[in-house]
Amino acid sequence: MNPLEVLRGLWTTFKSMFEPPVTYQYPEVKRPVRPRFKGRHELKRYENGLEKCIGCALCAAACPADAIFVEASENTDEARYSPGERYASTYEINMLRCIFCGYCQDACPTGAIVLEHHYELSFTSRREAIYTKDLLLVPVPPGGKPTPQKVPAGSYERAIPDMKDPA
Amino acid sequence: MTPALLLEWAIESIIIILIILGGFAYLTLLERRTLARIQVRIGPNRAGPWGLLQPVADGIKLIFKEELIPERADRLLFILAPVITVVPALILLAVIPWGPTVTLFGREITMGLASNVNVGVLYIMAVASIAVYGIVIAGWASGNKYALMGGIRSTAQMISYELTLGLAFIGPILLAQSMSIDAIIEGQRSLWYIVLQPVGFLLFLLASIAEVNRAPFDMPEAEQELTAGYHVEYSGMKFALFFMAEYGKMIAVSFVAATLFLGGYLGPFVDRLWWLGPIYLLIKVVVLLFVMIWLRATLPRFRYDRLMAFGWKIMLPLALVNVMVTGAAMVLVGGWA
Repeated sequence: MNPLEVLRGLWTTFKSMFEPPVTYQYPEVKRPVRPRFKGRHELKRYENGLEKCIGCALCAAACPADAIFVEASENTDEARYSPGERYASTYEINMLRCIFCGYCQDACPTGAIVLEHHYELSFTSRREAIYTKDLLLVPVPPGGKPTPQKVPAGSYERAIPDMKDPA
Repeated sequence: MTPALLLEWAIESIIIILIILGGFAYLTLLERRTLARIQVRIGPNRAGPWGLLQPVADGIKLIFKEELIPERADRLLFILAPVITVVPALILLAVIPWGPTVTLFGREITMGLASNVNVGVLYIMAVASIAVYGIVIAGWASGNKYALMGGIRSTAQMISYELTLGLAFIGPILLAQSMSIDAIIEGQRSLWYIVLQPVGFLLFLLASIAEVNRAPFDMPEAEQELTAGYHVEYSGMKFALFFMAEYGKMIAVSFVAATLFLGGYLGPFVDRLWWLGPIYLLIKVVVLLFVMIWLRATLPRFRYDRLMAFGWKIMLPLALVNVMVTGAAMVLVGGWA
């Protein structure tokens, strides 16, 4: 053990004492996540307030962990939830099964389900682990109306929006 | 032996025990905060302002932990071991004076329980060596191979380094020509012994770190190899007692090092303002404690064979040479024969 090297090591540790801490005071200060971070899912809406989810259950089919359960119901022009024929009357994600792979997001034809940046997903019972539709659905955007909406007959025939630049 | 003297002793004993116990509690916090800062973290800061209540929280947690005694353990020795370990740490400070003699309430009061004992240094060495029994007994009584290995390692290590420690004591003893702590402090009035005995101080520091089983010499508890060494089977307050002993001895050897090499309570104006004495001593002790924490944060653990080789092949010869050189210098320069 070279004494000079020991002194050099001591100097290094002494210097590091005056560096600002790299840790965050977590509950008070939250570290910003990366733009493509995959956190808790959100069910998106169109600008007019209609839900993007059309209840096709492709997300449930794509899910490798079998975490998603979708039950679809018929839309009518008196009570319209989403464009097209059907909407998701039940949409549940079991957060104990979800592995946050994002396959549901890839599978979704309308871009309804998106893995957003929430990561504080603690719960104290198995029942709380099942996130229901009202938890996952985002609030109505300003200028939009809440669902179900009463719309003029025949105004929302297409379930899937016209894509300008399909990938 | 008058009632006033008994009262003085009682008060001083309580102060010493409070220094060790309170010091133990807050040394753990100081260590955790300092280590955190060295590792560019923040450290415990939740319990109370700046984490000042963290030791209290730890203590309450440990008190309410289950006290487990393994079935194959030797019950009596198992319970006795932490006690044997902790007592030397508590009584080691008895011979360290923490200030000059003062006249209070019309009495001459010596600050420190028995600082005028004429074999103070011998007392320190004798008491400091007792703790090894506690560790060996803890390792043996646990009935666990890791604990036993930790205990055996610690015996080997402490015996090896005790020789160096003893020889490092000889420097100040020779210079002061006395074994009394008071005389050693008085001898440093013009010049601290660290200047005359730099090698001795370094040897003392290293040997005392090995003696209290701290990193980089924390071989007996070597978490990664022995899970926790001799205290692997201990839980609750018995476990806390081992830590109290380790940190208490850390404080105690810092007091000893400050007294033998750094002038003890001596400092500017200490003769006129007696209360400066304890403050100077405390500052020196805290600096030494910081150095110990700093070393722990910097150096990795020694390998066992290298630890032994370092103790026997480097530290011991160096200490012997130091003693001989000091003795020769005392005769040639000091004219003491």
